[in-house]
Amino acid sequence: MSRDKPLISAENLSVRHGGAAVLSGVRFAIRAGEIVTVVGPNGSGKSTLIRALIGLEPAATGTVTRAPGLVIGYVPQKLHIDASLPMSVRRFLSLPRRVSEAEAEAALARTGVPGLGARPLAGLSGGQFQRVLLARALLARPEILILDEPTQGLDQPGTAAFYRLIEEVRRESGCAVLMVSHDLHVVMSASDRVICLNGHVCCEGTPRVVSEAPEYRALFGLGTGGAFALYRHVHDHDHEADAAHPPHAPHPHDCECDHDHA
Amino acid sequence: MLDDFLLRAALAGLGLTLATGPLGSFVVWRRMAYFGDATSHAAILGVALAFGLGLPIYAGTLIVALAVAVTVASLSGRGHASDTVLGVIAHSALAFGLVAASFLSGLRVDLSAFLFGDILAVSRTDLAVIWGGAAAVAGLLAWRWQGLLTATVSEALARASGLDPRRERLVLTLALALTVAVAIKIVGALLIAALLIVPAATARQIARSPEAMALGATLTGAASVLAGLWASLRFDTPAGPSIVAAAAILFLASLVLRRP
Repeated sequence: MSRDKPLISAENLSVRHGGAAVLSGVRFAIRAGEIVTVVGPNGSGKSTLIRALIGLEPAATGTVTRAPGLVIGYVPQKLHIDASLPMSVRRFLSLPRRVSEAEAEAALARTGVPGLGARPLAGLSGGQFQRVLLARALLARPEILILDEPTQGLDQPGTAAFYRLIEEVRRESGCAVLMVSHDLHVVMSASDRVICLNGHVCCEGTPRVVSEAPEYRALFGLGTGGAFALYRHVHDHDHEADAAHPPHAPHPHDCECDHDHA
Repeated sequence: MLDDFLLRAALAGLGLTLATGPLGSFVVWRRMAYFGDATSHAAILGVALAFGLGLPIYAGTLIVALAVAVTVASLSGRGHASDTVLGVIAHSALAFGLVAASFLSGLRVDLSAFLFGDILAVSRTDLAVIWGGAAAVAGLLAWRWQGLLTATVSEALARASGLDPRRERLVLTLALALTVAVAIKIVGALLIAALLIVPAATARQIARSPEAMALGATLTGAASVLAGLWASLRFDTPAGPSIVAAAAILFLASLVLRRP
């Protein structure tokens, strides 16, 4: 596949829930091997964007184009398995494509949860469940891995470990990664691009890579082995100011947006 | 040897459980119990239509069950489906069916046979229709099994894997309508949903995988049919309700036996 042809792209995409516009005029593209992180406050339409790109949400206007035959590995934000459905980890990995015992065990080992196959899905911890979801996504040998707030509910070391795992997986397989993050200030250091979403694309940019700046790592990514980077929210604030923000401070809406928020 | 009415009844019931085991499991997993009720109650309207228009009973019930199932499924697809909508459709279809049947007094239709089933009156032709329909349902579910299961776990995962969750829903809708049409003679419109749900709920107590639960539901259903028929003979009770009562007793037993 040509590197220039996007795996998934959206032109002027709008999505409505009932009468309300959740997304409007979104332009998006991700190419082979790219890592793109979408950040935005709660209710900014991040998950809706992901769902629209996968084809779960119809577009009110605009178009979503996926490369023909594109293999997507999807890790949803949450997955509720009805208590009436008996489902082991092993059985779950074989949905929808049946995989061999060896393949299943290798995928579990790769994502750091070896030997979990016989356990019922309902009995897993949050961290184990995320890794099982990732293992299942990888078994499809995806060209693009789409993760919707994969670290929600994980603590900081857990988040860092999960991000490192994603980076390793990407290095090995070369797949593109599209990730949604609920934290405006912390994104994966390996991101090629960060997109700030708030019903529309506010701004895009490259994150500052923490691993090249040990003093910032000491400030923001203590003990995370360089998995975190600070996404410099464009132009106006320095790192001292940023450090003073509580982790979930309201989105400082200071990027230059070519629209109003009426 | 098919001359024996009891043998025909047993074979009819066993054939039906081929369909109700796996389909009932999906009904339980997807919380479609009320959906099953709506579809089966509407089948009474199909019976009345069939008599009125001179169609075969199975054709009438299948058409109406399918129409109701598709209506409900498309409503729920648009986020409309609530217990209220289903309740309105289920009970008004049943009421209209009963009212419509009363206009057919010239035909002397005994509707209770369709409300409660009349498994002891199953003919050889019925037997062929029941086994054909049940085999079609079982085959349909087996063919789409992986996709159906994926869509049941998560429509988002199914969509990301290139499946169309709407198509999987349609497969279940079709299977349900077919099962209702086939089952109406055996347990009757009022108790079809019970035959779908109760054996599946029993199998859930023991099963550790979806496939084991579907198989367990078929076996439990088959045991209920045989026990219900036996009880019906022994105590001179109506056959359809006896089968469902047997299924309920097996469910209670499974609560005691359940694995930790």
